[in-house]
Amino acid sequence: MASALKVQEREVVVPGEILAEGMEYLPSYGTYRLGDAIRAAQLGLVRVDGKVIKLIPLAGRYVPKRDDVVIGKVVNILMSGWMLDINCAYSAVLSVKEATSRFIEKGADLTRILALGDYAVTRIVNVTTQKLVDVSMRAPGLWKLAGGRDFSVNTHKVPRIIGKQGSMVKMIKDATGCKITVGQNGLVWIDGDPEMENIAVEAIRLIEDQSHIQGLTERVHAFLKNKTKKDIVIPKMQ
Amino acid sequence: MTYTKRLDGRKRFDELRPIEAKAGVIRRADGSAYFRIGRTIAYAAVYGPREMHPKYLQNPKGGVLRCNYNMMPFSGAGERVRPGGSRRSKEISMITEKALSSVVDLSDFPNAAVDVFIDLPQCDAGSRCAGICAASIALADAGIAMKDLIPAIAVGRVDDKIVADMDYQEEAYEDGPVADVPIAIVPSTGEITLLQMDGEIPKDMLMEAIQLGIKKCMEIYEIQKKALKDKYKALAEVVEP
Repeated sequence: MASALKVQEREVVVPGEILAEGMEYLPSYGTYRLGDAIRAAQLGLVRVDGKVIKLIPLAGRYVPKRDDVVIGKVVNILMSGWMLDINCAYSAVLSVKEATSRFIEKGADLTRILALGDYAVTRIVNVTTQKLVDVSMRAPGLWKLAGGRDFSVNTHKVPRIIGKQGSMVKMIKDATGCKITVGQNGLVWIDGDPEMENIAVEAIRLIEDQSHIQGLTERVHAFLKNKTKKDIVIPKMQ
Repeated sequence: MTYTKRLDGRKRFDELRPIEAKAGVIRRADGSAYFRIGRTIAYAAVYGPREMHPKYLQNPKGGVLRCNYNMMPFSGAGERVRPGGSRRSKEISMITEKALSSVVDLSDFPNAAVDVFIDLPQCDAGSRCAGICAASIALADAGIAMKDLIPAIAVGRVDDKIVADMDYQEEAYEDGPVADVPIAIVPSTGEITLLQMDGEIPKDMLMEAIQLGIKKCMEIYEIQKKALKDKYKALAEVVEP
């Protein structure tokens, strides 16, 4: 039987749907082979790369991965560290050693560094097979968050919110003057003028809703220009 | 009086009631769906994968699917409908779980749970099947890895006729024997993941009813697929009407 692709590039497919028939194509992430056909194993957008078919998920909760930068909330204080809620099925542990380069005496009050309910930007350093997650704050750009507000977005839209080399988030930052940090786990932190914060949140929601449709950057640009009444340039990244 | 035509005015004995399905109807859930077949309405909401409590139920080898079926107190008439759980709702929760778990893959989520809440604001027979249909749309909407969607339908016999998708009137038909056979399948493989029977039915009629059920499940499967795709189509229309 001749091999044939049954769907188009960037089409929304649902679990069980036949993506291709015949042995010419290879199943990759989010797909599986059943007999002659390659089928979708979850809801997503089709990506065909030569002979390889994969899916880009459209929904689903965050799965912790090494080297991801995530925003976490302190939910418990342990013997020598903190337990962070990182907006997924598993909580993360931040040890004192990974939190600060200063010397912390044994038995010191850890709430002086991070108290219950505090938010911090951290990087995942290790994930075990049983999904025990270790995070660190010892790198540039990782810090405790103060002030501002946070909200959660679909974790699969984070790459689109950040854009190529950070172009999308830079455009929102430039337009609204807000400080913005986007965690891979779908938590976004924003700090700035309240009016401008609202515009930034709306812009991010727009990206979240429409990222599967072509021409996103132009729409976000038009939206920001209209709302802020400022002349905004689309950042050029090399 | 013998049973010669559908009591609710449907033209054929294998005709389904009007079906309506929508994905993403509950904002705060990770995934959700609405499924209506005739006067039976089911909502399903999916939460997770999330931390599982109580902890002794955790499975370190993979995630656990938990379903909860509930008829709302005002959803129908008679003995069945009282607020809270019952022996019946516990059974249906379990069979829903078993019907869905053969396609759902939670091996990437050890010690976690995916919770599915199925609530029925209005019932007119066929509620467990409506619940399974809604739940499988909601699971896909939540981005859970699954091999296929699961359609389900009740078939059976009323007097000497084999019928699909009985309403309560037909289920309660008194002038002849009645059997109710809910059935759920995996469309890609043809496997049956739910098969129950209540009433009396001879073997040949049962076999014929199951064949009809599989055929009708494939019709519902198309509606389920469309519901999920329509959600994203609707978002596209906001941009380019």
